[in-house]
Amino acid sequence: MMLLEMAVAGYGDRVAFVDAEAQQSITYQGLFDAAQNAASDLRTSQASRFAILDVSNLAIPIGLFASSWAGMPYVPISYRLTDDEIDGLVERVRPAYLVTDEDHIEHFHTDSIVRWHSRNEFLTLARNGSANGAEPWSMDGDDTAALLFTSGTTGVPKAAVLRQKHLVSYILGSVDFMSADTSETALICVPPYHVAGIAAVLSSVYSGRRAVQLANFTPEAWIELARAEQVTTAFVVPTMLRRIVEALEHEHHAQMPHLQSLSYGGGKMPLPVIERAMALFPDTDFTNAYGLTETSSTITVLGPDAHRGAAASEDRAGRRRLASVGVPLPGIEIEIRDDEGRVLGPHEHGEIYVRGEQVSGEYEGIGKLTDDEGWFPTRDGGFLDNEGYLFLEGRADDVIVRGGENMSPGEIEDVMMTHDAVSDVAIVGVPDEEWGEAVAGVVVLKHDATVESLQQWVRDRMRSSRVPEWLEFWDELPYNETGKLLRREVRARLTESTSGNG
Amino acid sequence: MGSLTPGTRLKSAVCTTEIMVITAPPEDIEITCGGEPMGQGADANGPSVHQDRAEGSVIGKRYTNEDGSLEVLCVKAGEGSLWTGGAAMKIKDATKLPKTD
Repeated sequence: MMLLEMAVAGYGDRVAFVDAEAQQSITYQGLFDAAQNAASDLRTSQASRFAILDVSNLAIPIGLFASSWAGMPYVPISYRLTDDEIDGLVERVRPAYLVTDEDHIEHFHTDSIVRWHSRNEFLTLARNGSANGAEPWSMDGDDTAALLFTSGTTGVPKAAVLRQKHLVSYILGSVDFMSADTSETALICVPPYHVAGIAAVLSSVYSGRRAVQLANFTPEAWIELARAEQVTTAFVVPTMLRRIVEALEHEHHAQMPHLQSLSYGGGKMPLPVIERAMALFPDTDFTNAYGLTETSSTITVLGPDAHRGAAASEDRAGRRRLASVGVPLPGIEIEIRDDEGRVLGPHEHGEIYVRGEQVSGEYEGIGKLTDDEGWFPTRDGGFLDNEGYLFLEGRADDVIVRGGENMSPGEIEDVMMTHDAVSDVAIVGVPDEEWGEAVAGVVVLKHDATVESLQQWVRDRMRSSRVPEWLEFWDELPYNETGKLLRREVRARLTESTSGNG
Repeated sequence: MGSLTPGTRLKSAVCTTEIMVITAPPEDIEITCGGEPMGQGADANGPSVHQDRAEGSVIGKRYTNEDGSLEVLCVKAGEGSLWTGGAAMKIKDATKLPKTD
């Protein structure tokens, strides 16, 4: 709330958010007033959590600031889940105040909700209310700002706890107040229940930008909106960028002269996709941001200069930098540790640990997973190079152990992506009697290729242990909506086919 | 004024300036604005801004003391200057970062 209060003092009459689909907009002053009205409604509801199940629209920033004002955790819930899954999550945040789109309102079978509003009811009460002089918000940095259900690619979703101090620390460390001039427009296309959705709202508010919300991402809609609204800055997850690049396949130039910066993160970006994107958007600054829900989003960035430097580099090591997620933000420390917790040196592979003011590392009902010195184990594998650039190698749990040899799926995927018939690929370990695990994979093809030719491609470029023993062709890979590959699902299906036939 | 904790909000006694503490040393410390001690109490109602402490505070800027042990964020601008330990607090230059959101 403090961030919004500053925004109002600095530039209250600027447009803060635009809902592209509904063609509604709200100024910073309007957002402040709406948050105040909604906070008054929240306070009378007997709820202890503010839950919202909706796509990006004006109710999202209003809800975020209203919950902060009312001192209630903000709990965005994924609309992609089944009714039962949603019920299960709402049950965990009872007693809840719930805002949903019109489609979902009839679907609940839970008594956990003490008050609910459709999106339009909520917008009406927030925008037409007159709760001037509502009781002020709490300034306690230890208040829970948000509960975010982690994407659950590996089991039951955990509720990550982000306190006010974590979010404020992230914003102060990464955004300059009022740094945007009036011509700047951000395009928000990540779902609101993703930590990047919260970070996007807060960053936009603190920098004073006008943010256009795209409720349902399609590459065509994104391209059209970016051109029509003269968008200057945007964040996408890797699958979105891949689809944007494919949609522009027959063009030499993206024709978006206003787009100054395009950042991406939330999953592994295939090298061919980013290289193609940089060719299509030659005047755009690219930034790779790596972060987790538990770290209040971004902790490392690979900036535009590093992108250009790597792309222009003649040697392989130089170009390799493009696959890095960059260097830590100020105030963030990174260490790589082995299984016994020993800190490793450059180019030694291990698990990524992170420490900093914005790092929460806390889950509801589980507690804080940081150690005594504040280090949080990310469960992501990786290494640092000599200059401190961080490279990711997938989840620590994804490492394939074949005959005692550890290999990361990512390195094999990188090699296979360079084959011109390969559009997308996932490599996993499947149970194998002889080796413990065998390397298996799924390929999405652009045009015909044989399993043998793909195996040969890997054999020519890597140690023979890396050659996938089993390859299948699928029409598409299973991703969750924020671009994370669902390896568990790939592994399950491949385990079934290899055990049945191999 | 005693020791400060991160998140504490302080108001100027002589102008509209308000700050939030980001980091603070464990020992007692006093911050003045416009020449008068800042506090958590009501709005400005004290004496006027001292002539030699009237360079103003800028919203959104972070201010630090000499050794960096104290850092505050200006959340409301005002006419008074921020001082601590007998010296003016300095604006901390933000590290230029690429946009990530």
